[in-house]
Amino acid sequence: MTELEKKRSAAPVPSEWTYAPAPEARDIVSLEERYGLFVGGEFVEPRSGEYFPTIDPSNEEPLAEVAQAGPEDVSAAVASAREAFENGWSGLAPAERAKYLFRIARILQERSREFAVLESLNGGKPIRESRDVDLPLAAAHFFYYAGWADKLEYAFPNRRPRPLGVAGQIIPWNFPLLMLAWKIAPALAAGNTVVLKPAETTPLSALLFCDVLRQAELPHGVVNLVTGDGRTGAELVKHEGVDKIAFTGSTEVGKAIQRELAGTGRRLTLELGGKAANIVFDDAPLDQAIEGIVNGIYFNQGHVCCAGSRLFVQESIYEPVVSKLKRRLQTLRVGDPLDKNTDVGAINSKQQLTKIEELVAAGEAEGAEIYQPPCRLPERGYWFAPTVFTNVAQSYRIAQEEIFGPVLSVLTFRTPDEAVEKANNTPYGLSAGVWTDKGSRILAMASRLRAGVIWANTFNRFDPSSPFGGYKESGFGREGGLHGLEPYLDFDGKADSFGG
Amino acid sequence: MAKAPALPVGFELPLEPRIPRIGSVDQVGLEERSATLAKRSIKREAKVWALDLAVRMMDLTTLEGSDTPGKVAALASKGIRPDPADASVPSVAAICVYPNLVATAAERVRGTSVKVASVATAFPSGQTPLALKVAEVHEAIELGADEIDMVIDRGAFLAGRYAKVYDEVVRVKEACGDVHLKVILETGELGTYDNVRRASLLAMAAGADFIKTSTGKLPSAATLPVTLVMLEAIRDVYEETGRMVGMKPAGGIRTAKQAVQYLVQLHETLGPEWLTPDLYRLGASSLLNDVLMQLRKEKTGRYQSPDYFTVD
Repeated sequence: MTELEKKRSAAPVPSEWTYAPAPEARDIVSLEERYGLFVGGEFVEPRSGEYFPTIDPSNEEPLAEVAQAGPEDVSAAVASAREAFENGWSGLAPAERAKYLFRIARILQERSREFAVLESLNGGKPIRESRDVDLPLAAAHFFYYAGWADKLEYAFPNRRPRPLGVAGQIIPWNFPLLMLAWKIAPALAAGNTVVLKPAETTPLSALLFCDVLRQAELPHGVVNLVTGDGRTGAELVKHEGVDKIAFTGSTEVGKAIQRELAGTGRRLTLELGGKAANIVFDDAPLDQAIEGIVNGIYFNQGHVCCAGSRLFVQESIYEPVVSKLKRRLQTLRVGDPLDKNTDVGAINSKQQLTKIEELVAAGEAEGAEIYQPPCRLPERGYWFAPTVFTNVAQSYRIAQEEIFGPVLSVLTFRTPDEAVEKANNTPYGLSAGVWTDKGSRILAMASRLRAGVIWANTFNRFDPSSPFGGYKESGFGREGGLHGLEPYLDFDGKADSFGG
Repeated sequence: MAKAPALPVGFELPLEPRIPRIGSVDQVGLEERSATLAKRSIKREAKVWALDLAVRMMDLTTLEGSDTPGKVAALASKGIRPDPADASVPSVAAICVYPNLVATAAERVRGTSVKVASVATAFPSGQTPLALKVAEVHEAIELGADEIDMVIDRGAFLAGRYAKVYDEVVRVKEACGDVHLKVILETGELGTYDNVRRASLLAMAAGADFIKTSTGKLPSAATLPVTLVMLEAIRDVYEETGRMVGMKPAGGIRTAKQAVQYLVQLHETLGPEWLTPDLYRLGASSLLNDVLMQLRKEKTGRYQSPDYFTVD
């Protein structure tokens, strides 16, 4: 025994348990040096002749060059979509359309690791999230709408649903592939063709998706892809060959689009910003509420339009909630997006980082108390530590404006009425959360909160069968569920209920 | 027989906000959290560190009607030096046996760091009079037990007679004196996570040094979510009182991978202060050899045949 004990003391056990790096292999993804536009089933050089680099935001390394589509390129894409719509796709038997969607869903599942790695590379989100959330949900969306494709007559009985034509779709950078799925799946299921513009900073998963379309042998021109910055989006919005615009992004741009389309008869759905209230009552399951708060605001670095960025805590449990929250923040692992143990990844772009920094500085200047856990941020790339503001007043900018970053504002309330009043006191109305052990209170709160999605004792959970969309300046129209088909259909020649 | 004390006149609600109000547990959120933690990828030196710790935290257990002095002596020897081929593998924390075999185990581990834990209080059911339970504890300690693993009276708990459960733990703790007391909740019989949380707080309030999930005698023993509820209760007690209570998941932990998942959950819930055999134990009968096999694999780069590891 003495011999054994000596050996033990000779090799002292380290007191700290540091997890070894566990990076997901990135060589599963092979990137081209340069990508054209996907028009009529093949990649073409942009007529604009312009390209711009797209980078990995976690280290600012360039990944590839992508095309900047100009007006002529957008026109070519729209013409290709029109051609595909008129000559084939809209006349195809609905069950055949479903087959293509099922194929796409299965291929996405098969190639999910590849897509997950690419999504993290180009967007900065942790691989744990792209692997466990983005990819399964994207595939699920295609599966779900594939099922509806040949059942539209049953989904909308006696309303004679018909496709609209060419849908122009503009998606954001926070969930590049998932937002693509939210847009493309219902459009194709309803019999439309598509011109899609991925976000300027995150075009790569959409470009890789074109390879999935080729694999699925989707007829040429049914889905076209134009990359570029806001100018490309503006071209698409004002193009007269487009029958419907679906936009997900900022409220500011959404308003501009609505102005542009007013009076044109072209359809519009908007899914815009949010400043969700996450309301914690004093009878809530506290430890799970803390997880929900963390998941509500630090999921995807807070780059989530429905993020629970305003935390309303009943005053009687304010102290334990804040102390538990701070403690939990210390265990968040911030770093390499490709590391399987990373909880919080990189900020998507320099521009977004600047905006977050500006608003956080405003919060400090206004008198809110800032807390950030000790964590070492990488030197290169765009990073922001998870942040909690306490002592926040309803009138502060950080309680009013969408920050779209890992920044939480904590406010208090005394009664359910006050919680409702404060939660609804915002121009937005996308989502809200209620935490209580009391079922009746959940129902009462849900009916009074002006938000399109309300989570009870959870946050940021999504399902293709559940409609998602906003009230007020968070937009109109719904994505997901049966509701998500309506904006892509014409009924008895009349406009549907949203944004006609 | 103990009765729940009537509320005295002038009974005061706590004037300060108190964290270990009983509170509630949301099953869906809890299970999501523990599933997320179970996905941590622990590799190379971090894995070796965890496996080494898992051995040091292990309560190597045999609790069978067929236990004999020979079997227990063999197990104790294995616990002292788990891998005869590798002296760098540490001893386990304790050998856990029935009272009748305490003397044999104590004899074998004398002079080493390995402790002897004895189950007591009419293990596994706990359905005998309190006097007998106390007597059993006294005898186990006299026979040489360093630690006592008691069971709570689940019948009383489920009937809502919390005071009876509480009083029994208090009496057993008195009988233990300085001997470490682990209180087994037998979570598989409690039915809900809310009950697990209640029972955890009750056991800690009554003086438990450790709280423990299971007897190992039920098909549903330790799980990650149930352990997480108990860790969170321990954390609440610590936050309010500063008292550090230990945790012991037991039963159903058979693989090194599971052991690492339990340690990750501990590390990220209670923090590095709890990463010690003084505050965390893994109750297991068949886990050790899988851990040894993984340790050898990490050191040599190769998996060895089970024939190279002693059965006990």
